Amino acid sequence: MIIQFDISALKRTRWYEYGIRFLLGGGITVVAGFLANRYGPILGGLFLAFPAIFPASATLVEKHETQKKHRAGMSGSNRGRLAAALDSRGAILGSLGLVCFALTVWLLLPLRNAAVTLAIALAVWMGISIAIWSFEKRHRGHILSPR
Amino acid sequence: MGAVQYIYRFVVGGFIVSLFAVAGDVLKPKSFAGLFGAAPSVALATLGLAIILDGKAYAALEARSMVAGAVALLLYSWACMQLMVRYRLRATAASGAAVLVWLLFSLGTWALIWR
Repeated sequence: MIIQFDISALKRTRWYEYGIRFLLGGGITVVAGFLANRYGPILGGLFLAFPAIFPASATLVEKHETQKKHRAGMSGSNRGRLAAALDSRGAILGSLGLVCFALTVWLLLPLRNAAVTLAIALAVWMGISIAIWSFEKRHRGHILSPR
Repeated sequence: MGAVQYIYRFVVGGFIVSLFAVAGDVLKPKSFAGLFGAAPSVALATLGLAIILDGKAYAALEARSMVAGAVALLLYSWACMQLMVRYRLRATAASGAAVLVWLLFSLGTWALIWR
């Protein structure tokens, strides 16, 4: 499976859809900061992995896929839902990478420069996520079959 | 924490989340793009400021809690998939309902282990 860029996807997204994601992301970051300030870093830290991107992205994926089918004269609601489910399958794999990101920061930050630690952790998230995704693809998606 | 810091968090958090979301939009196939639904966007925006203001030990403690939050995100994503495929819920309803799974696991871990 080849990974591709589809820049035309940006044109399908309306300006307010970008706005919603900005508001959601900013809002969650503020809430995480508030909770850490009020109740301490242990409770606040949990919210660093709150689903900030996924809800809006999955809704958009479903909407765009349904619209594509509508233009072709089909209902498309089933196709849209399944496309969003595929998105959630990717998020499961990305979450495993996120666990490794958090572990890297937790264990490396007291020992190393902060910027270097965050850069390494980001590379670990990306590397682990892509490796698990490739492995899962090679096994034809049987590992995470929803049925 | 002052208003300026909250504004900073809002702008930086919104920007980083949007950046990862756009990356997810333009990438294909869908399952690969989905990886970006679990990108460390809020973490990058928050940890940088935590390191500057409260020190590395404080930020490391936040990262330790984030491990449990990330496991909760894994369960959340799995619940979303099940709700959409098995129970045929729309994406908005599924991703909203599954937040309960995230809250239950992460706050449950906090209450049972760290409180």
